[in-house]
Amino acid sequence: MGVPLWMYLTVAAALFSIGMYGVLARRNAVAVLMGIELMLNAVNLNLVAFWRYLTPFNMSGQAFAAFVLVVAAAEVAVGLAIIIAVYRNRQSVEVEDVDMLKG
Amino acid sequence: MNFGEGLTPQAIAFGLFTILTIGGALGVVTSRNLVRAAIWLMLSLFGIAGFFVLLSAPFLASVQVLVYIGAIGILFSFAVMLTRGMTNLKERFNTQWWLAAFAAITAFALLMVGVIVPVFGTTVIPVADQVTTTVDLGVALVSGNQYVLPFEVASLLLTAAMIGAIVIAREDD
Amino acid sequence: MVNFNDVNYLPWLIPLGPLLAFAIIALLTNRSRLVPTTSHEYGGHHPDYDGMLVPVVAPWSRVLSIVVGMSGVTAAWLMSLVVFFQGISTSKLGLDEKVFESSRNWLAMGADAFRIGILVDPLTVVMLFMVPLAVMCIFIYSIGYMAHDPRQARFFALISLFAGAMLTLVVADNLLLLFVGWEVMGVCSYLLIGFWYEKKSAYRAAIKAFTTTRVADVIMLLGIVYLHSMTGTLSFRDILYNEEVLTMLAGTPALIVGSWGISAAGLIGVFLIIGTIGKSAQFPLHVWLPDAMEGPTPVSAMIHAAAMVSAGIYAIIRMYPLFEAGGYPHSGEFTLPLLLMAVVGAFTALFAATIALTQNDVKKVLAYSTISQLGFMMAALGIGAYIAAFFHLITHAFFKALLFMASGSVIHAMEHGEHHLHEHHDEEHSDHAHDHAHDDHEAHDSHDAHDHHETVGEPIDRDAVDEPVEPHFDPQDMRNMGGLIRNIPVTAWTFIIGGISLAGFPLLTAGFWSKDEILADAWYVWSETSSVVHIFVFVMLVMAAFLTAFYTARQLSMTFLGAHRTEEASHAGLGGSRSIISITMQLPLVILAFFAIVAGFVGVPPDFPIFGSIFAPDGNPFFNFVKYSLLTEMQPPKPPFNAIPVLASFAVALGGLYLGWRMYGRTPLKAGEPDPMTKILSPSVYKLLQNKYYIDELYVAIFVKPSKWFAKNVVVVFVDKGIIDGTLHLIARVFTWIGDLFKVLNLWLIDGVGDGIPQGIIKFGAWFRRIQTGQVQQYLLLVLVAVLLVGLIFAVSAGFLQAAG
Repeated sequence: MGVPLWMYLTVAAALFSIGMYGVLARRNAVAVLMGIELMLNAVNLNLVAFWRYLTPFNMSGQAFAAFVLVVAAAEVAVGLAIIIAVYRNRQSVEVEDVDMLKG
Repeated sequence: MNFGEGLTPQAIAFGLFTILTIGGALGVVTSRNLVRAAIWLMLSLFGIAGFFVLLSAPFLASVQVLVYIGAIGILFSFAVMLTRGMTNLKERFNTQWWLAAFAAITAFALLMVGVIVPVFGTTVIPVADQVTTTVDLGVALVSGNQYVLPFEVASLLLTAAMIGAIVIAREDD
Repeated sequence: MVNFNDVNYLPWLIPLGPLLAFAIIALLTNRSRLVPTTSHEYGGHHPDYDGMLVPVVAPWSRVLSIVVGMSGVTAAWLMSLVVFFQGISTSKLGLDEKVFESSRNWLAMGADAFRIGILVDPLTVVMLFMVPLAVMCIFIYSIGYMAHDPRQARFFALISLFAGAMLTLVVADNLLLLFVGWEVMGVCSYLLIGFWYEKKSAYRAAIKAFTTTRVADVIMLLGIVYLHSMTGTLSFRDILYNEEVLTMLAGTPALIVGSWGISAAGLIGVFLIIGTIGKSAQFPLHVWLPDAMEGPTPVSAMIHAAAMVSAGIYAIIRMYPLFEAGGYPHSGEFTLPLLLMAVVGAFTALFAATIALTQNDVKKVLAYSTISQLGFMMAALGIGAYIAAFFHLITHAFFKALLFMASGSVIHAMEHGEHHLHEHHDEEHSDHAHDHAHDDHEAHDSHDAHDHHETVGEPIDRDAVDEPVEPHFDPQDMRNMGGLIRNIPVTAWTFIIGGISLAGFPLLTAGFWSKDEILADAWYVWSETSSVVHIFVFVMLVMAAFLTAFYTARQLSMTFLGAHRTEEASHAGLGGSRSIISITMQLPLVILAFFAIVAGFVGVPPDFPIFGSIFAPDGNPFFNFVKYSLLTEMQPPKPPFNAIPVLASFAVALGGLYLGWRMYGRTPLKAGEPDPMTKILSPSVYKLLQNKYYIDELYVAIFVKPSKWFAKNVVVVFVDKGIIDGTLHLIARVFTWIGDLFKVLNLWLIDGVGDGIPQGIIKFGAWFRRIQTGQVQQYLLLVLVAVLLVGLIFAVSAGFLQAAG
């Protein structure tokens, strides 16, 4: 176990920031969803790393990571369904074309 | 780099997985072709699974491979092909990409300064080598004192999401 | 795990019945299909939107939903009764360890955890008698009232959820669970006020109620968060029965305003009271309640009597030691929250009573009287008479639920009369092309409708509302009634019982005893300590009580006495005494009328002449039971019998009733005759009152118009269409002008800057318009920037702290 905790945290922070950039900057809605997946994985990495280094006998870290996985799966399923529905209605998966919220 | 006791096999593996994860992630956010992006995503998620193994969470690692790479990656590929997203390659980024980049870099810097610098260099090592096993996780998830309620709620959520996805993506009434 | 005989566990199950009923109806038995409003299946309503699709439930679904809803509430009622009897047979339930409670972890958060649990002390026991009983009466009544509604299943689901939330709030052992019940009730009130959402006024009223209470709830949440951060717990008993915590809270200066001499307890108290001001419709935030009358009448009874508004007062009584911490109102030492309650309550009591004088809508009179009576309770809480306030809460719930449901019966009867008349007229119409009675009737209608539009000043912005122009008969207008005692005697007599109880008819009615106790407390403390607040409250409440008696007499006379003022009134009825509608709508009235009389006798002061020796030989039973829910030194003193407040009660109740009867009962209004009040008050004051002091209009001018203007000009024109709005032009022009001025002043220096500023403003506008584009990613980016800024502030301030410490 030669790897200290802060390295995991750094990787997770980098992954989170990259994912965030993807969410904010990509035009394609599917790519935006991919960015969200990256962010969720960064969170999971943090959870598991903290669990392993700080409270290895308390299962909450792993259990929460498992729940994040479940939520991510649900989110992808619904998100992609929405994208497909939007695509069917507007013939586009560009996030910028979906601006019906405009007042 | 200060790896404590030099280049152990774990440190080498850590470096490899870091390259996989971060490289894959960069591929996801930069590639023009969305099918490629999906493949980069799988690569990145595989790196995370590697980290889970390193962190002695084998169950999560296998779930990561099964659910993320097996299911979610395939789902993404299908979505890309169904929406023919890869044919629309004119612009990868929207007009605010430079702002987004700036924000992402600031966020990373803030995380580094706020969270990581305070523990930087302190070689916190795991409390014990012999940690809990998958059995413990299983027990925790269904034990009445721990996570059985969130567990059940999570299954309900999955069911609802599945039904919702079908309803939303269905052709019409 | 759960033993039905164990009162420590039974209260867990009380809210469960209605909640389960909600789930079952919502998921299983509510089967409906969409039909256009023009369809004959959707009858009996006047939708504002033709052809809109509305769900209509199948007959089997109606029956099943009623059965499920009734079973849920009946189960809750039976369990509450068990807890009630066990509670009153336990002597000194409360302060000593005999309170029923149990709790378990809800949400583990690190080392701490939010807990979920139940607590049954004397307050809860009394509430558990009143709430399920009143709710059950409302359910029974709804069977008849909603019999012809196309969405009955939905109605029973929502009202079950409402009841479940109220019961959760009542049995909660901590502030968080109480707040959960509180918020669920808020949602239910929104859904139920807007139940007939195809009516524009209904959904507008729903939005108004929701947003108004939201303002208050957010502030209340702030108070809860602050309390938790100070004490680390939200459990009632940990905070309120722990003198150390109370002393600590009263001794610590508050967060930002501490330098003004406000303690933490004071600030938390003010926050929580603002929540109640919203929920219990006190002065600045009372505007939602009268409009909430747009909902079905059982909902009005539920919101205004049994559940929602009582919840606000109940929450304050629950947390009372916190408000009192650091002061002792019985010797004239007021804390800030107490002072706030006393002033707001006393003012609201009188203010709402004056508005009620001139309302012509039978339900609006009751709505304003609810606000006024809640003001009584607030004022009583403010002067420390918390047991009196609680007593009034209970008696008020009984007679006000009764009054609302009786008024619903009256409206139902009037609608029935209208229906009858229409059929009748249609027949005549086919015989004679122009029938005199018909013409007369039409003339009447247009007159009524005209007035109606003037008086029911609901719509948030009049200019944007296109109300239907065709005249239509208003079955709620008291000027169309008269003489109904001959048509619906049971309703009329129960209405009268509720009315005199509200007016505080001496000795017989519950309203008298509870009001008298408040007045006696106020008088007693004033006579002992000559506290200004107490005498202020006393005078305001006496005047309000007089007006209450007066408008009650006016309402009773206009509705039931005299001759029928319209043909609809003469044909009013509930469809025969043996019909299911007639039975289900009148049985609950009789039950509640019983309690509107006898509920008062549990709170008779022991030294009251004659009555004291009959009903309270061992001291005031209500007082003796409830007082154990507070720490000993906080219990209000028992005021000895004093003739002055009692005589004042007698005088205002009888005087008000007599005057009202003299003006409206002895010489009943003729059809179309103006209200005699106009002459007495002078037309301008009358108009002011009828328009509720123009508070709605004021809010429209202050809050609604500017935000609409902002939305329209800044967001739509300036942002979306890309045209820089007048303001920006103005600013640019001002800057240009300043620039020009500078240019004149020192031409050579400013040239660059003076041009630069207006250019910069224009560019900023062009850039700023991107803010509202409907682009999700831009919104996200803004959110992120805000989060980063907050993070930076924290990082910097933490750095400062480290440097300092």
